Amino acid sequence: MNLLLEIGAEEIPDSMLNGALEYLGAAVGELFKQHQLGGEKIRTDATPRRLVVRAEGIAPRQQDTEERVWGPAKGAPPAAVAGFAKKQGVEPEALGLLSDGKVEKYTCVRQIKGQTALAILADALPALVLRTPFPKTMYWTGKGGVRFIRPIRWIVALLDDVVIPLEIAGISSGNESSGHRKLGAARFPVTYEDYEAALRRNYVILSAAERRERICAVTTKFRPDEALLNTLVNLTEWPTPITGSFDESYLDLPKEVLSTVMRYHQKYFSVDGADGELAPQFVAVTNTDGDPDGLIRHGNERVLRARFNDARFFWDADQKKTLEQRVADLGSVTFQAKLGSYLEKTQRMDELALHLLLYVASGGKPWGEEELKQAKVRYVFEPASIEFRTVRASHLCKADLTTELVKEFTELQGVVGGLYAHVQGEPDDVAIAIYDHYKPVSMEAPIPRSLPGQIVSLADKLDTLRGCFQVGLIPSGSKDPFALRRAAQGIVRIVVEGRLRLPVFTLLEGNRQLEEFFADRVRHYFREIRNFAYDEISAVLASGWDDLVDVEDRLEALRAVRPTADFEPLAASFKRIRNILRQANFAGLGDSLNVKLLEPGPEAELYQAFDATRAACREMTDYRSRLERIATLRPKVDTFFDRTLVNAQDPAVRQNRLTLLHTMLAEFSTIADFSEIVTNSQETK
Amino acid sequence: MPQPTAPTFQEIVFRLKQYWSDRGAIIQEPFDTEVGAGTMCPETFLRVLGPKPYRTAYVQPSRRPADGRYGDNPNRLYKHMQLQVILKPTPADVIEQYMGSLEAIGIDLRKHDLKLEEDNWESPTLGAWGVGWQVMLDGLEITQFTYFQQCGGIDLELVPAEITYGLERLTAFLQGVDSVYDIEWTQGVKYRDVRYADELQYSVYNFEVADVPTLWKLFEIHEAEAQRLLGLYAAAGDEGVDAQRRFPLLAAYDHVLKCSHLFNTLDARGAISVTERVGVIGRVRTNAVAVAEAWVAQQALEVAVKEAA
Repeated sequence: MNLLLEIGAEEIPDSMLNGALEYLGAAVGELFKQHQLGGEKIRTDATPRRLVVRAEGIAPRQQDTEERVWGPAKGAPPAAVAGFAKKQGVEPEALGLLSDGKVEKYTCVRQIKGQTALAILADALPALVLRTPFPKTMYWTGKGGVRFIRPIRWIVALLDDVVIPLEIAGISSGNESSGHRKLGAARFPVTYEDYEAALRRNYVILSAAERRERICAVTTKFRPDEALLNTLVNLTEWPTPITGSFDESYLDLPKEVLSTVMRYHQKYFSVDGADGELAPQFVAVTNTDGDPDGLIRHGNERVLRARFNDARFFWDADQKKTLEQRVADLGSVTFQAKLGSYLEKTQRMDELALHLLLYVASGGKPWGEEELKQAKVRYVFEPASIEFRTVRASHLCKADLTTELVKEFTELQGVVGGLYAHVQGEPDDVAIAIYDHYKPVSMEAPIPRSLPGQIVSLADKLDTLRGCFQVGLIPSGSKDPFALRRAAQGIVRIVVEGRLRLPVFTLLEGNRQLEEFFADRVRHYFREIRNFAYDEISAVLASGWDDLVDVEDRLEALRAVRPTADFEPLAASFKRIRNILRQANFAGLGDSLNVKLLEPGPEAELYQAFDATRAACREMTDYRSRLERIATLRPKVDTFFDRTLVNAQDPAVRQNRLTLLHTMLAEFSTIADFSEIVTNSQETK
Repeated sequence: MPQPTAPTFQEIVFRLKQYWSDRGAIIQEPFDTEVGAGTMCPETFLRVLGPKPYRTAYVQPSRRPADGRYGDNPNRLYKHMQLQVILKPTPADVIEQYMGSLEAIGIDLRKHDLKLEEDNWESPTLGAWGVGWQVMLDGLEITQFTYFQQCGGIDLELVPAEITYGLERLTAFLQGVDSVYDIEWTQGVKYRDVRYADELQYSVYNFEVADVPTLWKLFEIHEAEAQRLLGLYAAAGDEGVDAQRRFPLLAAYDHVLKCSHLFNTLDARGAISVTERVGVIGRVRTNAVAVAEAWVAQQALEVAVKEAA
């Protein structure tokens, strides 16, 4: 049999449709499984006003089953036996006598009739629907009433052509759906087979893929924006794109402002001209079947004009005060109650930016007071210096928080500062660094373009992380109100992709919780964004991760060498060495290797090969050659283990062998801890 | 593209009032104390509390000192007009009814693009929140639609729908004008003729002239009076039911509203730092929540007395 379930609701927020469908599909599948109802091809669909589940091949009823019921023991009073028989609905004579394994008892077999699919679904679906997880639910039938994302207004529940009788929030199921609010009928009957076609006749396109195609079919070439496209697909039942235009004079405004107004405030796509620059056009997606009189286009153009006028008004008003003059006002803008104002944050960032520059200059090495003093002098007296350009940007970067434009379009923070810095005559480097300092805004988005931008962005994010962890504002589970995960992820990306050699542990100020939090982000970055294998990351991080650029180099080398024939067996041997040392409780300190105690043959040969490899590795500058060279040790290691007993009778010999193994392990574990590598003999990943 | 048949500003008000009157709403007149939104009027804030069904519609001039632009900005106003509708409890066809109201003022929805986009509402000052949408007509936000869930920190017994029309925007849309000042209020009279002076003078007052110490003093006076009344109400419990039944909680609420407006004015004047902000909002909320709780208790007394009789 076929199931059609349509929950008709008032407009469900666009961002919540997909999650709801994911749950409903899985929950219905689970229900079929639990009740052995078969059921296949579970399909889920949604529009703003409906969540739909369809499935085929549902068994009309469950199989009948039997169950043996045990009664009183043989020899029980007849009244007890009769009572048992009555309860089971049989004559006492019909009862059998069987041993339950211990004693003989009266017993009979009870037939359990399989329930119908109709009954099971009627019983289970209401609770299943109401368990749909939504981030913010409401009640509408009165205090204590059921909760859902928006009021449920109709329910179609059909098993083939029979209505599954159920009720949710006072709404009884039926076979009537509802069409587009204006273009379709308010109520019309549907069947499983005719459902999609009936919706279509009433101006509802059920398939999100088809709605997407309708939007993309517009002839105007709009700037691709996947997130906006998804929003519009989920905001419409019958999407029809229209192209509007605006006066070219608005192109004087920064393109960032124009596209933000269009994207975030109006949900319009921007349009590129032939020259690749922003064209004075936009694409809006309506929930209609067309705009023959141009009324909708005209209305949208008018709204956009008003928005652009606002932006121009704010832009002009903001020029009355420079960023420099606004810095002092940051004293009354709270960054975080326990962490003070943005002025205080700016002051901390200026200092931190200078420190970061010194580390970058020294390749991550510590520097002294004298270097710091010189850097400060360059900041103050040499406008061309990197110190000036960076710290100047840091100093001005938060000042745009006091501008009207940012108050109106908060998503433009940083960008507006950069634009204002430019028109106010700050050097390009400064303006660009301010513009970029919130980057990267997502996992895929670019990092700041220039070194000053990268440093200011790092200083901003590091200051936030350190501060929040210091005062106990630590993310837990899905709660991360200060977006600290994103901040930490941004730091990892800027450091690695900007190849900035910085001492991570020093910068995290020895805060253990912060180190742990940060390590998670490092792993996440290399695994999800860079696609390194889990065990490679563990192996490399186990050998240290103070310098993330170095971590990347070691990972690349490991990934390159991993497929070669000798590598994994050698890694397995290293794991063996580690285990042997552990079992022997080998302390490893104090005893140096005594060459004289080495047994001629495999042990001595291994030592010679090791010694030569060690010497060769020390000459090499890149990790890959070193790893390749280390891998050549494999035959010697194998022979050693095949032919030599580590647990020699003579304690001195034994101790010396352990020392050899330990020395080897320590020597080569600076690149990666090979024992973390999952080898063929083990489960992969 | 001005529409020759477009209704005037006041005609739109008449038609909307008539429309909701036909659907059982009590047509109220504007509340006579400054408020930032129609939600703050007792007709909404207090009436949504408790188990009694209620329907009302009224125009409320809403004052937002920080939004003033000296009459220069074509879209932003110090004092704009809201048409506020409360339907408690919400009828099942509430959205269809709302769409009908748009048709009643001459919008042919078959020719326009109407979307309900998620927009949840929260008023920290009133301890109130709800979920709902902003209603977009051809890309213009014309209405805020909210299902109230809490008011004065209290879970609502019956969930009301609050429909708030932005009258200036709606009229400008219908009349096809780019500036609210060009709206035809009634034939031959523009919005500018009626309201320009308000916009200019209050912008000057709120941004330049208002005396901050005086405003603070007023704030404290009204706050103290609200608190004094709330204290007296609590004490009236000892004097028996009648003392509480006749107690002027409505007057206490007036003083809370005064505080709210004074706060907004101080804020526009730049006299409240970001750090202070939360604290001052909290002071107003404490009293708003206390009035709401007392009101619910007072209404319950009324019901109990009637039942006893």
